[in-house]
Amino acid sequence: MSVTTTAEQVLELAVRALPGAEVDVTADAVHRALTRFANSRIHQNVAEDTVTVRLRAHLDGRTVTTTTTLTGPEGLTSLVARTAAAVRSAPRDPGWPGLAPPSPLALSGVVDEATRNASPDDRAARVRDFVDAAGGLETAGYCQTGHWSGAYRNSAGQSLSAQATTAELDGIARDAGADGVARRSSVRLSDLDGAALGTRAAAKARSQADPVELPPGRYEVILEPEAVADLLTNFALFGFNAKAVQERRSFAELGAAQFDEAISLYDDPREPFDGEGTPRTRLALVEKGITTALAHDRRTAAVSGAASTGHAGSAAWGPMLNNLGFAPGGSSAEEMTSRVERGLLITDLWYTRVLDPRTLALTGLTRNGVWLIEGGEVTRPVRNMRFTQLYPQALGPGAVLGVGADAVPQPSRVFLGAWTAPALHLASWNITGNASG
Amino acid sequence: MSFFDVAEAAVAAALDAGARYADARVMHKRYESMEARNGEVEDLNSDESAGLGVRALVGSSWGFYAVPDLSDSAARLAGARATAIAKASARVAGPGVDLVPTTASTATWASECLIDPLAVPLSDKGDLLTHATKTMVEHGADQATGVYQVWDTRKWFVSSEGHRIDQHVRECGAGIQATAIGEGETQVRSYPAARGQYGTRGWELVQGLDLLAHAPRLADESRALLSAPTCPSGETALILGGEQLFLQIHESVGHAIELDRILGWEAAFAGTSWLDLSQLGSLRYGSELMNITIDPTLPGALGSFGFDDEGTPAAKRYAVKDGVWVGVLAGRDSAALAGLDYGGSVRADGWARLPMVRMTNVGLEPGPHTLEQIIAETDDGVFMENNRSWSIDDKRLNFQFGCEIAYEVKNGKKGRMLRNPTYTGIGPKFWQSMDMLSSEIEYWGTPNCGKGQPTQVGHTGHPSAPARFQNVRVGVRA
Repeated sequence: MSVTTTAEQVLELAVRALPGAEVDVTADAVHRALTRFANSRIHQNVAEDTVTVRLRAHLDGRTVTTTTTLTGPEGLTSLVARTAAAVRSAPRDPGWPGLAPPSPLALSGVVDEATRNASPDDRAARVRDFVDAAGGLETAGYCQTGHWSGAYRNSAGQSLSAQATTAELDGIARDAGADGVARRSSVRLSDLDGAALGTRAAAKARSQADPVELPPGRYEVILEPEAVADLLTNFALFGFNAKAVQERRSFAELGAAQFDEAISLYDDPREPFDGEGTPRTRLALVEKGITTALAHDRRTAAVSGAASTGHAGSAAWGPMLNNLGFAPGGSSAEEMTSRVERGLLITDLWYTRVLDPRTLALTGLTRNGVWLIEGGEVTRPVRNMRFTQLYPQALGPGAVLGVGADAVPQPSRVFLGAWTAPALHLASWNITGNASG
Repeated sequence: MSFFDVAEAAVAAALDAGARYADARVMHKRYESMEARNGEVEDLNSDESAGLGVRALVGSSWGFYAVPDLSDSAARLAGARATAIAKASARVAGPGVDLVPTTASTATWASECLIDPLAVPLSDKGDLLTHATKTMVEHGADQATGVYQVWDTRKWFVSSEGHRIDQHVRECGAGIQATAIGEGETQVRSYPAARGQYGTRGWELVQGLDLLAHAPRLADESRALLSAPTCPSGETALILGGEQLFLQIHESVGHAIELDRILGWEAAFAGTSWLDLSQLGSLRYGSELMNITIDPTLPGALGSFGFDDEGTPAAKRYAVKDGVWVGVLAGRDSAALAGLDYGGSVRADGWARLPMVRMTNVGLEPGPHTLEQIIAETDDGVFMENNRSWSIDDKRLNFQFGCEIAYEVKNGKKGRMLRNPTYTGIGPKFWQSMDMLSSEIEYWGTPNCGKGQPTQVGHTGHPSAPARFQNVRVGVRA
């Protein structure tokens, strides 16, 4: 049974069981396959086919959300019965924003048939290429392919369906304890060149022999795309979430020049609609340094008198941005490096955690390669360091010295999510510790 | 057709397709959660999930396939697909895979549950969270949140070695949090822990927390923190409350002793470990007060079970004994590769995920002191409570934690409140500086341990108590 048919059946059952209720249904079919390798061998190789049906009902001022993976007649009937029982005893929900009205899709998902039908052998071949290109260095990482087919129906007449594919290759090469990394995300497996990524990872690893330890302090930095993906992750989670802004837990302020004018930030969704049935489109959050938009779901939109931007996540967390990207600039990696008198080239950031969401103060570590830049040239590798940094401040007016011309799609931990990340040249990054403590 | 029959069909199909070993788990999982904010419920979820996951070993290569269809035909197809995936793994093959022996048990196990959390009326649960959060707002919190979560999991495990085990694990927990918002900063107080307290128990766990009684204090403290002096920077004696120390154990001991990390299996994502197997049994991890056990048999602790997801029966073992590293968290294949004779710490977070090495209950055995004694015997130091942030490097050495609240300790007395406390250090140096440890052990539970690709969310338990550490760097700031 297709997800469209499933969603329609559940809507029909729910409307019949809950007269007068506002009801919406999503049905998502996911085929996801992930081939993991470590010590230069495939050690975990998994695939799953799942269908998840979510039913949301609002009746007499009360709301409940239920899900099931049991999509046979008995499972769907049980889902509706469970929902009907729960909604009548659920606590009141005065913030219910109503259902999405009928509205057509503004985007279509990209479906690549070769990716949709990728076999375990296809993924293993990418892994083989990565391993071989590392030239004998120990390697580890994963290759993932996936296909999503989703349908949304509600009792207000909204009806949407779409599909999309995703592919990711992410790996490290290891040389005497030093790791180099290369990763890329796409909607097509054919875009992922295992040999090219393996070559880059190995070159990064080999260039880290005999690293020096540097003292803590503020350093001029070039963050490579892998590191910039972490900035995007945290801006998505804590910065441009309208719920966090409404609750005064975010720094974001509409209309304010909060960033350097070299910074433009947008969300470019791969899924054409959200779980509330709102069609998505490209959303510009920062334009030339000025905060221009926030991500809204229907609840936050109702509070602000705005329209939902199609970013519904969980009701408690608020809107989610899964495809954030910085607009590319005009600098090549070589040009940015040549402009640094003394600073650091940082490939990747790791285990970043928020100290205070309002200032977006984070601590974390460098990973997968750090080098000292002196006199416009990369001179020597540096041991990993800890930083404690206000992220908006790092990109504030006057703080961005360059934006890379090549915006590289980076994998996200969210299925169908991806970050579009150019390298960033920043005036200051607050290093607060080194390998010695 | 019973769920055992479904799992057996999958295993048989995997063997027929060429696997030399296979196992299968049918899981049926119910989950319920509610979140409230400022006196109103803002999210109520009720989820049900059921399916089958099959693992097949062909030569030295594994394959795994999962499907939500529990019919005989779907099970057979899943078994065959798991084997086909394993064969594809052989395109980038490694050394041989062995499995340490385990008794092929036929068994049933269930966690203790006095009050079924799913049978407690939603209105009662909603009243608890709305009253608690409303009370915090009335006492000055700008944002007040409360949450409970319930998991009810049944598993049927079958292996080609003859295992036939069913388990019923019920878990639940709850917590509340007050946030005060000042000029450009937020201050937070939580009870009983930053993400709540959880265990393999029924609703009696939540009742015992008495959330309402703590709501006014949290709001008062969050507001007081806005005007409290900042935690000073420097090296000092650090006293940690049991809730913060449990996360320190989790991050700097629990993950470090995972054998898959030590063997490099998580190198690209979660990371490796600073530990070297050649030093197992001789490496000094911490002071002699440090005794860490791996114990999934603890009644009510969140990481407890009867059998892990490879069918190995739960058993207690030491990870650190008198400060010396002596044990790891292992699975049957990783243990065999490392030359060890025990697994027992492999779990998956659902039927669609591959079982992997996870923490069970990893925590401290009691020390000889009390928190009162520790404070009384500290001339100059800082006492920090309740985790707010955590970060540690990919070898599990260099850590930095932030706590919600701290107090100056001067001349054996707890003094003024301090805001934005943080501390940082290197794992073994930190643990070797532990010179006082309380006997007041509590079983803390964390239901949000992320690991693996696709990511799995593990439930882990951590016996912990207040302790003192010397010469720790505190007050790291942006």
